[in-house]
Amino acid sequence: MIKQLALASVLVVASNAAYAQMVEIDKNPFPSTYNPMPSGTVLIRNAHVFDGLGSEMTNTDILMQDGKISALGEDLAAPDEATIIDGTDKWVTPGIIDVHSHLGVYASPGVRAHSDGNEVTSPVTSEVSSEHGVWPHDPGFNRARAGGVTAMLVLPGSANLFGGRGTVLKNVPSRTVQGMKFPGAPYALKMACGENPKRVYGQKGGPGSRMGNVARYRKTWVKAVDYKKSWDNYRDDYVKWEEKQADGKKDKGDKDKPAKAPKAPKRDLQMETLMGVLDGEIIVNMHCYRADEMAQIIDMSKEFGYHVGAFHHGVEAYKIADLLRENDTCAAMWADWGGFKMEAYDSIRENIPLVHNAGACAIVHSDSGVGIQRLNQEAAKALADGNKAGLDISQGAAWTWLSSNPAKLLGIGDETGALEPGLNADVVVWSGNPFSVYSRAETVFVDGAIMYNRNDKSYQAVSDFELGQPGEGDDK
Amino acid sequence: MSIFKTTAATIALLGFGFATSALAQTIAITGGNVVTNTTQGHVIGGTVLIQDGKILAVGADVIIPDGATTIDASGKWVTPGLFTPLSQVGLVEVSAEASTNDASANKSKFSTALDGADSFNPKAEAVAITKIEGMTRMAVTTGTGANIFSGSGFIADTSGALNSITKGKAFIAVQMGERGANIAGGSRSAAWAYLRNALAEARSYRPGREREDALLTGPDAMALKSAAEGRMPLLVYVHRASDLMTLIRLQKTHPKLDLVAVGAAEGWMVADELAAAGIPVIMQPQDNLPGSFESLGATMTNAARLHKAGVTVAIAQIGEAFNARLAPQQAGAAVANGLDWDVAFAAITSTPAQIFGLEDKLGSLASGMTADVVVWDGDPLEVMSSPDHVFIDGKAQSLTSRQTKLRDRYMDLDKASEKPFAFR
Repeated sequence: MIKQLALASVLVVASNAAYAQMVEIDKNPFPSTYNPMPSGTVLIRNAHVFDGLGSEMTNTDILMQDGKISALGEDLAAPDEATIIDGTDKWVTPGIIDVHSHLGVYASPGVRAHSDGNEVTSPVTSEVSSEHGVWPHDPGFNRARAGGVTAMLVLPGSANLFGGRGTVLKNVPSRTVQGMKFPGAPYALKMACGENPKRVYGQKGGPGSRMGNVARYRKTWVKAVDYKKSWDNYRDDYVKWEEKQADGKKDKGDKDKPAKAPKAPKRDLQMETLMGVLDGEIIVNMHCYRADEMAQIIDMSKEFGYHVGAFHHGVEAYKIADLLRENDTCAAMWADWGGFKMEAYDSIRENIPLVHNAGACAIVHSDSGVGIQRLNQEAAKALADGNKAGLDISQGAAWTWLSSNPAKLLGIGDETGALEPGLNADVVVWSGNPFSVYSRAETVFVDGAIMYNRNDKSYQAVSDFELGQPGEGDDK
Repeated sequence: MSIFKTTAATIALLGFGFATSALAQTIAITGGNVVTNTTQGHVIGGTVLIQDGKILAVGADVIIPDGATTIDASGKWVTPGLFTPLSQVGLVEVSAEASTNDASANKSKFSTALDGADSFNPKAEAVAITKIEGMTRMAVTTGTGANIFSGSGFIADTSGALNSITKGKAFIAVQMGERGANIAGGSRSAAWAYLRNALAEARSYRPGREREDALLTGPDAMALKSAAEGRMPLLVYVHRASDLMTLIRLQKTHPKLDLVAVGAAEGWMVADELAAAGIPVIMQPQDNLPGSFESLGATMTNAARLHKAGVTVAIAQIGEAFNARLAPQQAGAAVANGLDWDVAFAAITSTPAQIFGLEDKLGSLASGMTADVVVWDGDPLEVMSSPDHVFIDGKAQSLTSRQTKLRDRYMDLDKASEKPFAFR
C-alpha cells in the first residue's frame, strides 16, 4: 500500500500536477486472482501420447516441473524429487478446452433463478460480461473436469446480436469467478446470426428478419468505429497538447493562456467492448449456422476492420470451409447435433473432419453441460465418420480440435493446449484411448497440480450446492 | 366372368412373383462376431441365415443353401437391429417449426385419445439418419402438452416404408415429477390425484354410460382403458427417489398395472424397491448433473446399480427425434461406469422388445425371429463404429440419407468444376 502511494505521487510529480492526467480506461477491472495449486515434479512414464499439435507418440515420458511441461521424450531421466506415474496402457493428452460453454451462467440445477446467460432486454448488449453471471458453484464445472476439461470460454447466449463479453476460465474450483479467470486471456465478444435474435426480438421492436439483423450489426459497428475514433483523437490531441504545454513553459514570453487539456470522450461500456474488437484485443466468437450467412459476416468484418475468430455451431461450415481457411476463421462445431431449427437442418456428421480436411481450423465444442464431459468422444465420432467417408485424418491430428485449436482461438495458445516444453502442465491421463467410449479421464492436472483423480476422493471436488444433498461425493 | 378370372389369375401370379423375388431371398452373413442376445451368447465366426424376412438359423455350423446371397462379415460384428425404447422419430421434422412438429398438441381437447401413429411420417429425415446408424425399431411417443398424459405411443421400423408401423397403440406415457406437477395444477399431489382418478375412470368406462363428473373425455377414457387394466405399458416419467416410491406404491395398490419408469435419475436410491416391484426403467446413463431439484442424486453409475439390484434397464437418448441414434453412446457410458456389456447391449435391443411385448419377434438373433440384422465395422457401442449393412424384415436397406447426400455434394470444395454445387 505504501509502495503504491509512493509510486502514484512520483507519477503525479513527473507529469506535473498542474494539469489533468490523460484518461485511460482500466481494461481489466475484475482481474484474475487465480493461483495455481501447489504442484510437485511429476514424471509420467511410458505413455501413449497425443501431443495436441497433431502428433501421436508411443512409449513416451512426460515431465512436469513447477507447473510447466519441462520435457517430453523417451526414457527421460527422473529428477530425485519426482513422483512417478506408470503410464503403461494409458493415454496422455493436453487438457481439453471447450470454446463454447455456459457453465455457471446456466448453472445446474436449471431453475429459473439460474438463468443468467442471456441479457434479453435489447439486441445489443455488448456492455455485459459472462463473468458477472457465472456462479462458481455450478456442479457442472466439476463434472467437466472429470471429463478432462481444463479450460473453457464461458459465453453469453445467442438471443442478442451482440450478446456481451465471454470470459476464459481455468476449470478449477473457486469461491469467486476471479479465482477461475485465466490470467491474461483476452475477452471474447459473443455475437449471433440468424434465427435466435430475430425470433426473440421480432415482436419486441426488432430485428425481425435477417435483413434487420445485419442492418443492426452495421449501425452498431458504425457507432463503434466513431467511438474508437473519438478515443484515438483524444489521445492524439492530448499528446499534442502536452507537447505544447511543455513548449509553453520554456517560452516565457508567451502571453496566451495555456489551452485547456483535451476532454476525454464519455465512457460507453457498450462501445468499449466493440472498440476492444476493433483494436484487436477482444476476439469475436459468433453463433452462426448457415454458410451463406457466415460469408456475409466475413464481408461485414472487412467493412469495419475486424476479424472473426470463430463461427460457433457452424452446422454448414463444410459448405464454405475454403472461405474459412482463406480468412483464418475457425469453426467450432458439434459432431452430430442439428435439425432442431431450419438453420440447423443441413447438419452432417462429417462437418468437423471436412472443415479440417479443407485446411481450416476445426474445433469441437459442447454448448452443453452434458456434452462438455465427453468432447473426446464427440471428436471420435466425427473422426470415424470422416474417415469412413474417405478422408484420412489421424487420431493425433484430431486432438488438435480439442486443445491447440481452441487455445489459439482464445489467445492462450502460447500458454496451453499442447504437450510442449514450456507450456502450462494442463494434462490428462486417460485410462485408455480417449477416442473409445469406455475410456475415462483418470488424472487431470491444471498447471501441474492434480485437480481431479478418479481413484482418489480427496481429489474430487464437491460443490457447495451438492453438500448434504442426495449423492454428495458419489461417483458421478 | 372372364374378366374376373383374369384378374384373379393376375393377382395369384403377382403374389407368387412377390414371394419368389422378395420374400424367398436367402441371405447368409458369415464370419462375424455374432451377438445373439440369447443363451447362444456371442458366436465368433458365426453365420446368420435370413430367409423370407425371418432368421432361419444362427450358429457356427450353419449350412448355407445354394443360391444364397453371402455377405462376408469377417472381422465385423453382427447384431440384432437396435430398438430404442422411447423416441419421437417421425413425429418431428424441424422441432422449432410448429408446422413440421407433431410431437405434442397443447391446444387439443384430447390427451390419450391422440394416436401418435396418425402423425408418423416414415419419410421424415430423422427416420433415415436413425436407420443408417443401426436402429431398426423404435418406440415413438407423443409429448405431453396441456395434460399429463401423452397420446398412444407406437412401435415402428425405420425402413421408411409408408406401412412401417410394427405395433400401433403400444403404450401410453404420463409426466409425473416436476413437469407433471406443473401441468396438473401446481403440485405433485395434484398430478398423482389426477393420475389415480384417470385410471379409475378408464377402468370403469362404458361407452354410452359416461359419468357426468368425469374429468376424462369419453375417447380419452377409452384410449386409456388398456393401460389402466394392465394390457399395455404405462410409461411414467419420474426422477426423484420419493416420486419413484410413490410409483412403487401405485404398483402395489394396482398390481395389474404394467408400469415402466422413465428417467429415474435417482433410481439407484430405490433400486431394491424397484426390483421387488418389478418396475423396469428406461433411462439415459449419461445423466449425471443435478439438472433439477428432482435429480440431485444423478450419477452415471445409475444403470449399473439398478441392474445389480435386479431392475430391468432399457437405454435411450430419451425422446429424441434427430438423435435417437445416439443410444449406443449412452449404453457405452453405462459400460464405462460398471454395467456389463451384454446387459448394456440388451438395453438397446432385446430389453425394449421385452418391455413392449415383442421379445418373441424382435431384439435377438434366433431361428424364427424377425430378420432385423446389422453388420457393424466394430463394437456397436464404440463411438467410432458404424454399420456396413442394415436389414429390416430381411431386406437390405440403403445407407444413404439427406445428410450423406449433402456430405457427398460438398466433399471436395477445391474440385475444379464449372458447374455450381447444385448440379453435383
